[in-house]
Amino acid sequence: MTILDLPEAHSLHAKQHPPAHEDDAELTEKTVFGFWLYLMSDVVLFATLFAVYAVVGRSYAGGPTGRELFDLWFVLAETAVLLASSVAFGFVTLAAQEQRKQATLLWMAVTFAIGTVFIVMEVYEFHHLIEEGAGPSRSAFLSAYFTLVGTHGLHVFSGLLWMIVMAVQLARDGLTATVHRRLGLLGLFWHFLDVIWIVVFTEVYLIGVL
Amino acid sequence: MNPLLGKLTLEQVPYHEPIIMGAVGVALLGVLAVAVLFQRYRLWGWLWSEYITSVDHKKIGIMYVLLGLIMLLRGFTDAVMMRIQQSMSLDPNPGYLPPEHFDQIFTAHGVIMIFFVAMPLIVGLMNIAVPLQIGARDVAFPFLNSLSFWLTFSGAMLVNASLIFGEFAKTGWAAYPPLSQLSFSPDVGVDYYIWSLQISGIGTLLTGVNFLATILRMRAPGMKMMRMPIFVWTAFCTNVLIVAAFPILTVTLALLGLDRYIGTHFFTNDGGGEQMMYVNLFWAWGHPEVYILVLPAFGVFSEVVATFSGKPLFGYKTMVWATIAITFFSFVVWLHHFFTMGAGANVNAFFGIATMIIAVPTGVKMFNWLFTMFRGRVRFSVPMLWSIGFIITFTIGGMTGVLLAMPGADFVLHNSLFLVAHFHNTIIGGVVFGIFAALNYWFPKALGFRLSEPLGRASFWCWLVGFYVAFMPLYVLGFMGMTRRLNHYPNPEWHPWLVLATVGVAIIAVGILCTILQIAYSVWKRDQLRDTTGDPWDGRTLEWATSSPPPIYNFAETPRVTETDAFANMKANGTGMFVPGTPYEDIHMPRNTAAGFLMGIFSIGLGFGLVWHIWWLVGLGAIAMTAALLVRLFDEDIAYIIPADEVKNMEMQRLQGVGQS
Repeated sequence: MTILDLPEAHSLHAKQHPPAHEDDAELTEKTVFGFWLYLMSDVVLFATLFAVYAVVGRSYAGGPTGRELFDLWFVLAETAVLLASSVAFGFVTLAAQEQRKQATLLWMAVTFAIGTVFIVMEVYEFHHLIEEGAGPSRSAFLSAYFTLVGTHGLHVFSGLLWMIVMAVQLARDGLTATVHRRLGLLGLFWHFLDVIWIVVFTEVYLIGVL
Repeated sequence: MNPLLGKLTLEQVPYHEPIIMGAVGVALLGVLAVAVLFQRYRLWGWLWSEYITSVDHKKIGIMYVLLGLIMLLRGFTDAVMMRIQQSMSLDPNPGYLPPEHFDQIFTAHGVIMIFFVAMPLIVGLMNIAVPLQIGARDVAFPFLNSLSFWLTFSGAMLVNASLIFGEFAKTGWAAYPPLSQLSFSPDVGVDYYIWSLQISGIGTLLTGVNFLATILRMRAPGMKMMRMPIFVWTAFCTNVLIVAAFPILTVTLALLGLDRYIGTHFFTNDGGGEQMMYVNLFWAWGHPEVYILVLPAFGVFSEVVATFSGKPLFGYKTMVWATIAITFFSFVVWLHHFFTMGAGANVNAFFGIATMIIAVPTGVKMFNWLFTMFRGRVRFSVPMLWSIGFIITFTIGGMTGVLLAMPGADFVLHNSLFLVAHFHNTIIGGVVFGIFAALNYWFPKALGFRLSEPLGRASFWCWLVGFYVAFMPLYVLGFMGMTRRLNHYPNPEWHPWLVLATVGVAIIAVGILCTILQIAYSVWKRDQLRDTTGDPWDGRTLEWATSSPPPIYNFAETPRVTETDAFANMKANGTGMFVPGTPYEDIHMPRNTAAGFLMGIFSIGLGFGLVWHIWWLVGLGAIAMTAALLVRLFDEDIAYIIPADEVKNMEMQRLQGVGQS
């Protein structure tokens, strides 16, 4: 019964005239909760792609295998880059909490730069594979590989676009409640992509070269 | 390929097909007639500010219901055409529909009925009822709600566009590969299927997130989970299923799209592809989808049966747990859609037993409804008629389902008309009956006047009788060995049963006509049918505690809840919702926005461009959608305040109205 005895929900609008910031706090709480729900749906999306990879990840159709194609050191470097971008975003959050606008923007720029490096490395890897004749239409294994890794890459790319939008808004409005809330969501998104990447790294690359 | 129009050429418009052009003509005439009416009465501004740009859950709910009802007419026309074809196409007569047209019709019928009739109607009912039932002012994210609707609308329009430009899929509504692959379906039909479902599916996913946040975060003080109305519980479970299952559909359709657009090998015959993976993924979404549709219908029946029996629902807690059990089990039965895949006896046994187990919580619900009626003071109003019709019809459909859950029986009956009869028995008997019960039940709440009773009864009886005449013959035909989706057939013994089924469809058509007349008549006589009390049925839950239609803010003050059936208790104990003498307060409300509408319209361009490989249109659509979103995100002026004095005036007027009646 414990899950059903959740604390009583609060109505959106409190009884007494609430000061504006209390309204913001409720909105933030609700929005963060909603964003978590969205992230859970994204987990299902990636879980489906992982399942697809598990089913056809060894269907090489006479083409190259993961062991032949993957350069683990390169991917390890890629992983390190992505994790570093997450650390950088941690500093964005800290700077924002201290209401330091310039520092927040600076760390966003750092995160953006490192994230871009990750995307460039991934595009280079894809390009290299396609050059070698190991493109997504070569075999079911490569279809699943490109789709899974590419979907993660698209998420990172969207995160970068989002970061540009946030930088513009931050520069325009300063660290308002809205900007704080959206930076928080972007942070959740950015760290979430790390978690997904760790599973990609394990299932696709580590197990793939076994 | 033409860079301006992609694969689209003039030959793709089937102007030489009288049936299709007739359908297009009727549809365009309908649109024109509505436009003339709007022009005549100068209603465009009203439409724009009251509906199109509205973020009010009640208005959005009404738009969803309207979309569902209009698409019902199209989906039903498809059904009539199929029945007429099969009633005349005994060999050597080929009937009046060529195979390639017949195949599009049965595909469009399934796709439209599930995605653009049942889904909008169910989501529309949740929109109208859930925030009111939990005592909230709106959903958690009103703008997202508007966007969800317009994306669903766009998906429906994309399906309709396939009538005029090109054609729809000829694969059946599940679009199994390899038939749906480029090599076997080289035309754009499957692409219409993919993109219309992707666009509307994103809308549905956003709805799921929105309603979960609404139900978990915005209930009135005192409304613990175990005090929520059953409809809210079923809506909650449905939205859990949406968030957990729709991403699977998104991925599945995306992979099919990649196979078709860039030549990957997920579901192809060659290159290591695995077509059964598609079938597994499709039904890993598809079976939960069945419960996404039927759980809210169960919720409707729970509300209706309790209200019209004048009693609290029998076994509230078992009803909740039965709903939760069904939610869980709906994820572990998907393989029963393809027992003949060859997974082996043990796997089939697991899924067969899991399927049968679902009948247990469903049976619990049946007995709860029966015991609620038992020794109640039952009023046989229209919503109650639909509920009783449901209890009988759905029980039959459920039992044929248990029969099909036995792998051995399924090997004989799969792909036959027995299966078609079974799922229509549950979807019509469950979902459609539930929707009609809800329409009659909540119509006065949404629009302020009741629907005419006599025409409602006529509609119910036509549907009930028509359903049995139309679908019982299909059970027989299934046993006689007739498979589904036949354009023509050689067996003269099947013919009389198919003619009988066509008669049944004609009776249902009269039922639909009665519904249209019922709505038209009730609009005409709205002053006589007006609900001045806000509580026309002696309701038990909070939506009846405010006026009909409710003010934009629903409740001037957030109601306090101490038990289930909050409003019934307030009436029984003579306590008001609010503490008398409490001063009114300012109310914050979200402003209207055109952003959701514009993003939806632009997504039609995006989808149409993707279907026809018109890449500039794809780019333009994507950029326009992003631009509309950015304008919305950078807009700081998204809410307004209704001052306390104005709230007071509105409430005084409202209470005066209630007092007079």
